[in-house]
Amino acid sequence: MTTRVAVRANTYVDSVTLMAVSTRANELDGVTEAFVAMATEMNKRVLADLGLGAPALEAAGPGDLMLVVTVADGTDADATLAAVEALLERRRPERDEQARAPRTLDAAVAAVPEANLAVVAVNGAYAAREARKALERDLHVLLFSDNVPVAEEVALKRLAHERGLLMMGPDCGTAIINGVALCFGNAVRRGAIGIVAASGTGAQEVSVRIHDFGGGVSQLIGTGGRDLSAEVGGVMMIDGLRALAADPATEVIVLVSKPPAPEVEEAVLAEVARAGKPVVVCFLGGSEAAVEKAGAVFASGTKPAALQAVLLAGADESALDLHALNWPLIEKVRGKLGDEQRYVRGLFCGGTLCDEAMYAALATYDDVWSNVGQDPRRRIGALEPSRGHTFLDFGDDELTDGRPHPMIDPTLRNARIVAEAADPEVGVIALDFILGYGAHPDPVGVTLPAITEAKRIAAEAGRHLEILGYVLGTDLDQPAYADQVRALEAAGVTIASSSTNTGLLAREFVAKEAGR
Amino acid sequence: MNKTSELFSGELSVLNVGLRMFHDDLAAQGVDVTSVDWTPPGGGRLEVVAALSALEEPAVRERIERANALAVERIVSSRPVLVGFAPALEAIPGMTRETILHAGPPISYERMSGTMRGSVTGALVFEGLAADVEEADRVARSGAIRFAPCHEHDAVGSMAGVTSASMYVHVVENQTYGNRAYTNLSEQVAKNLRMGANDASVIERLRWMRDVLGPALAEAVEIGGPVDLRLLLSQALHMGDEAHNRNIAGTTLLFQALAPGLLQTRFSVAEKKEIFDFVASSDYFSGPTWMAMAKAALDAAHGIEDSTVVTTMCRNGVEFGIRVAGLPGNTWFTGPAQKVVGPMLAGYKPEDSGLDIGDSAITETYGVGGFAMAAAPAIVALVGGTVEDARASTEEMAAITVAENPNVTVPGLDFRGVPTGIDVRKVVETGVLPVINTAIAHKHPGVGMIGAGITHPPMEAFTSALTALATRLT
Repeated sequence: MTTRVAVRANTYVDSVTLMAVSTRANELDGVTEAFVAMATEMNKRVLADLGLGAPALEAAGPGDLMLVVTVADGTDADATLAAVEALLERRRPERDEQARAPRTLDAAVAAVPEANLAVVAVNGAYAAREARKALERDLHVLLFSDNVPVAEEVALKRLAHERGLLMMGPDCGTAIINGVALCFGNAVRRGAIGIVAASGTGAQEVSVRIHDFGGGVSQLIGTGGRDLSAEVGGVMMIDGLRALAADPATEVIVLVSKPPAPEVEEAVLAEVARAGKPVVVCFLGGSEAAVEKAGAVFASGTKPAALQAVLLAGADESALDLHALNWPLIEKVRGKLGDEQRYVRGLFCGGTLCDEAMYAALATYDDVWSNVGQDPRRRIGALEPSRGHTFLDFGDDELTDGRPHPMIDPTLRNARIVAEAADPEVGVIALDFILGYGAHPDPVGVTLPAITEAKRIAAEAGRHLEILGYVLGTDLDQPAYADQVRALEAAGVTIASSSTNTGLLAREFVAKEAGR
Repeated sequence: MNKTSELFSGELSVLNVGLRMFHDDLAAQGVDVTSVDWTPPGGGRLEVVAALSALEEPAVRERIERANALAVERIVSSRPVLVGFAPALEAIPGMTRETILHAGPPISYERMSGTMRGSVTGALVFEGLAADVEEADRVARSGAIRFAPCHEHDAVGSMAGVTSASMYVHVVENQTYGNRAYTNLSEQVAKNLRMGANDASVIERLRWMRDVLGPALAEAVEIGGPVDLRLLLSQALHMGDEAHNRNIAGTTLLFQALAPGLLQTRFSVAEKKEIFDFVASSDYFSGPTWMAMAKAALDAAHGIEDSTVVTTMCRNGVEFGIRVAGLPGNTWFTGPAQKVVGPMLAGYKPEDSGLDIGDSAITETYGVGGFAMAAAPAIVALVGGTVEDARASTEEMAAITVAENPNVTVPGLDFRGVPTGIDVRKVVETGVLPVINTAIAHKHPGVGMIGAGITHPPMEAFTSALTALATRLT
């Protein structure tokens, strides 16, 4: 084996592009390991841990690009390194485009004075500064980046609040403004329902269910995953709620979150009581009483939330397909599972989808483990072996530090699907596939080999392994929802019609006593 | 109507900072989206980002913007006029017989590059302070000679910039602000003192310049009157010069202005013909003139409190140094001098090159030279590019400058002004370094010019200046 190292000084390439380049580099003939990354301390540590440290890399700084290639014996290492470098060659921008590309946010504001919103998706260490500049130039902000320090988030949201601006995010990269999906989002009809959400995939799911029930979305405001923590205090959810209360196009408001910190919940519900419009509150795992006391409608899950919202917006319930639980299907699956196949393994890209499935299981079972659950006694590391019913959110910070989000690159989950198939106690593996803007262009296609392998492993051991898939997307999304579903069905995957039903179906498939 | 309802009721127009895929998704939805060509500020170093952030506090930022506007106003409104030629000893403040001025930031003789030592020893011989270059080397080390940067004496010097007491210098007066700037005369040929050559032919030419050329030019200006240099410079740019590596138009214009006075001087026809031949022997004759012009304008902006505008960029062959308007006096920020990349004269190779040297980067600091490449399509081959690259180069410099100079314009860019007022903050934030057109001197003493090309300053000069600004302003 031979290793070649190169450093390109003062060369910046964004993390998603680097991921694509690394993936393609590892596919080159003769490559045993290829690593193309910015020379951050973390990346340098990773290389050192792999035994690939080198003096040239140590000297490189976070603005420099590192290329490290290890090739098998008999492969020309220099030629391979050159091939990896060639992968970095980008399409040269059109002349006009090149001339117009501003180097800084200030220059962009000068070039486009009518701009009214900035999307910031740079490394968390630099993101707050860009967001602050945008707010100071009177731009609304969607801060996509994660790993932004909470103190910075608080300062940004205070600044935005003072200036009357939206400060969406960090780390819940979704919004639909004026019918336009920003970052992660789905193509949904415009309509009368406004959404404020502290969870990205929760917001996506509610918007998709609303669309599916024939409703539409006026605005969707992603507040950032920590907005309802005690430190941040729900600044963006309260401001978002007020904005939607004042918006003439919004008739019904839906709030989506994990349960807020108690004092924040109180503040948010006080604002709900003043909204002057019907509000549906979906705080997954939260309490019904407080919500109803505030005069709002409680929803136990994302699907009920969407249903309540469309009904409040005037839909006729009798005309809707409610996608009731398919009990004959449940019975059929139960019949295929052996006695020892007692457990659900939920492997999710979407945090809210993971939460919702986990809460469904918790309603029936004790032995429920997760990397994101609230009960510290039932915590399990995402890379540890599963125990009992296990629900893993592959989008958790622990797993995305230095890695793209699984909605963009589900490689890590694929390995886990195969691993779970070997466990004789597993009855059902539940999976989500998130379509839409920002997501992998073919999430089903990239997962099918793992599904096929999992099915094969179980079949060889003489077991039926139920794989339950949920495709989050609308008929307007790319790739086509119907094609994704068809591909899953062809691979023997059972399809759930919503996040809520995914959790319920998975739970019921492995229930061993009728009527439980 | 508040800003959120304006957003909800208006057209979305997005600035995208970071992941390119979000731009593509927005464009696919038919949204007006502009992406920032983002790179981690300050090379990603967090302490540099912290300094940038400190300078972005709204109150601080406002002070800086005001100060920078004033600095640029001074640069742009300066009217440098050539008022005479005189021996350095008479003209330059603080000059003595034992003083040697040199290019770039301060440096001791022992640390000077070979090019600059060749130049110093030649000047000591020329001044009669040593019999030959060997003795001159001992004299230079003896402590009897005071070395100082030209810039610390209101002067600039091309290449090694070595200026001694009896050399004639341009006297340029900034008629708007009253300050003066000085620089010595072009030696024309490639084998010259400023490039480190110091043989008998070089010394002989310096004597002729001292005894004939200098006095004649001084008398010519006395007779013909002052020459408005900014006017000539802007005409030269319209005629295809960038006033650093291409000076053919500027030299013609300058000499056209000087010739009538020169003809009326007391010098003989033979001497006048020598002078005419000397000027005609190299297009570079006016090169130093534009340097002094730029120096006069930039000095008027130096010392403006709170300004982050660069007033000096210069190199001594070992280090590159800058000064900043808001860090007054002789506060230097330095980093290693870089290689110059470009075509070489026949017989020389890149490894023969000395590192970047000279005060001539004062022209880029003013907004011409490399910053005005778009004005000089004839020499884009010299800097290894196409005409389109030359235009892009000037446009890129607009990303790191405060304003455009309406008095010095570029026809090929629809008469936009040259990018003016390099902002330390913008250089650090964008990672875009000023581009400098320059000559290449041989690395050893005694050889001279061996090529020409382009180079850039080291980033650390700008990051250390930025850190100092953050400390001073916050």
